[in-house]
Amino acid sequence: MSIKEADRVLPVTSGESDARRERRSVVRPSRAKQYEPIVIGTLSVVIALTAWQLVANARVMPVLFLPGPWDVAQAFAKLFQTGDIWLDIGTSGAEMGIGYGMAIVIGLVIGLLMGWYTRFQYALDPFVNFFYSTPRIVLIPLFIIWFGIDMPSKIAVIFLGALFPIIINTMAGVRNTEAALLRVARSFGASDALIFRRVVLPGSVPFILTGFRLGIGHALTGVVVAELIAARHGVGQLIAIAGQTFQTPKMLAGVILIAGTGMLLTTILQRIENRFQAWRPQIR
Amino acid sequence: MHDRSAKLSANGVVIEYWLHRSKALFTAVKGVDLTVRPGEFLAIVGPSGCGKTTFLNAVDGLIPIAEGSLTLDGREITKPGPDRAMVFQQPGLLPWRTVVGNVIFGVEAQGRMSRSEAIERARQQIELVGLKGFEDAYPLELSGGMQQRVNLARALLTDPEMLLLDEPFAALDAQTREMMQLELLKIWSQTRKTALFITHDIKEAIYLADRVIVFTRRPGRVKNELEINLSRPRDLRVKRDPQFLTYEDEIWESIQEELAVPAERLIAGMPAA
Repeated sequence: MSIKEADRVLPVTSGESDARRERRSVVRPSRAKQYEPIVIGTLSVVIALTAWQLVANARVMPVLFLPGPWDVAQAFAKLFQTGDIWLDIGTSGAEMGIGYGMAIVIGLVIGLLMGWYTRFQYALDPFVNFFYSTPRIVLIPLFIIWFGIDMPSKIAVIFLGALFPIIINTMAGVRNTEAALLRVARSFGASDALIFRRVVLPGSVPFILTGFRLGIGHALTGVVVAELIAARHGVGQLIAIAGQTFQTPKMLAGVILIAGTGMLLTTILQRIENRFQAWRPQIR
Repeated sequence: MHDRSAKLSANGVVIEYWLHRSKALFTAVKGVDLTVRPGEFLAIVGPSGCGKTTFLNAVDGLIPIAEGSLTLDGREITKPGPDRAMVFQQPGLLPWRTVVGNVIFGVEAQGRMSRSEAIERARQQIELVGLKGFEDAYPLELSGGMQQRVNLARALLTDPEMLLLDEPFAALDAQTREMMQLELLKIWSQTRKTALFITHDIKEAIYLADRVIVFTRRPGRVKNELEINLSRPRDLRVKRDPQFLTYEDEIWESIQEELAVPAERLIAGMPAA
């Protein structure tokens, strides 16, 4: 409940009579309220797009500098009319899938080990800190030397990009296990394995999923930047070429493709996070 | 001095802590001698910080003792075991598990029961502690008093020889606390398990226990003990019984001496002018 709502629920001292105050239930929100986020969100996007289109229509700047949303939409549709786009999407998707998939598996394992075994953490902390505080994309030139300009160098960048947020969040999840829960488990004579499986791991899930979600952002940055620098195919490469050949609408269409992917993946993970939090009472 | 008929017996128990912050050894409990008879409800009261909870943790086997001996049915206590079950001050429930899931956690940790049997018995236990209808609720949906019922049911389900209770009602509001005391006695009278109850609430100790032991201030020792000769079953009106009030006065005086000592010592220890 926002402060504003609280004001209205609290008893009124003067002016308004009880009968005139509307009845409201804290338990069951009204139907209109339920759709408020979507309605307001959509409305604000529509307004922004309209404003953009109006400015573009005024043509104070050529299409090269400021294409309107309609130009971008047309470019987007054109992308999918020829089959070439699928090679780019396939390339970027494969790079992303392999790199991010590896980061999830390895990051989870390392993060859990670092959280559970203090000495393992002491040993790896310097490296994790070094890589986490360095933008991993500065390593792209090195990876190009090592792996060439094809997929392996992109996978390496994506992997390293997503790996460290996942490690750090997973480790934090394990470390944040409530001392009271550990004490209860020990008191009932639980083995370390049982404590790990039944107390530590479930308690870390929200942290781990947050790590996964943050990892997506880093992975997408990796894919695009790596392809901008040097690649044969890929959505980042498409954006780079469109930019260099002054096809601004096409370039923006590529940007939207990337942004859409990021939003989609983040939303999916957010949904999964919510599913795992069914036990948390809804605050709203 | 070893009492063969004792369930739990503590002889000269010393418990020390290493304090990392001040880099010093801290003596929480120094020379506790006491016995708990089979089927007895024993309460320990004492000024706050007197080491009573520390002592209970040692009985549970969560912390080691530095000196003396601590035996349950004649066996030395070295680690937690299925013969004891603790009801904690903080409920310590797994927030992602339902009431049933939390109640079975104790036996699950001990690995003594199949899952289906545990769930079956948990449902009976939940009914016993008055939570019927809340089997599938999550801890965060429950009130403090209800969470403590789950805490109690979890301990009871392990069917221990001895029930250890660490100020389980301290965090509850006054009315809920009284109701929980009443219900605890009801449940206890059905099982008659040996119980060791720690509290700082004198009334609570007298109301529940067969015998009350008063601890000195830190480092804690047994200062005195008092048989509570109030007939059972006891309802809450017992708390206004003249005999009850006599007990209360006696214990309160005993504790007050402990609270007053430091100031007297301070004056006595001052150099003469």
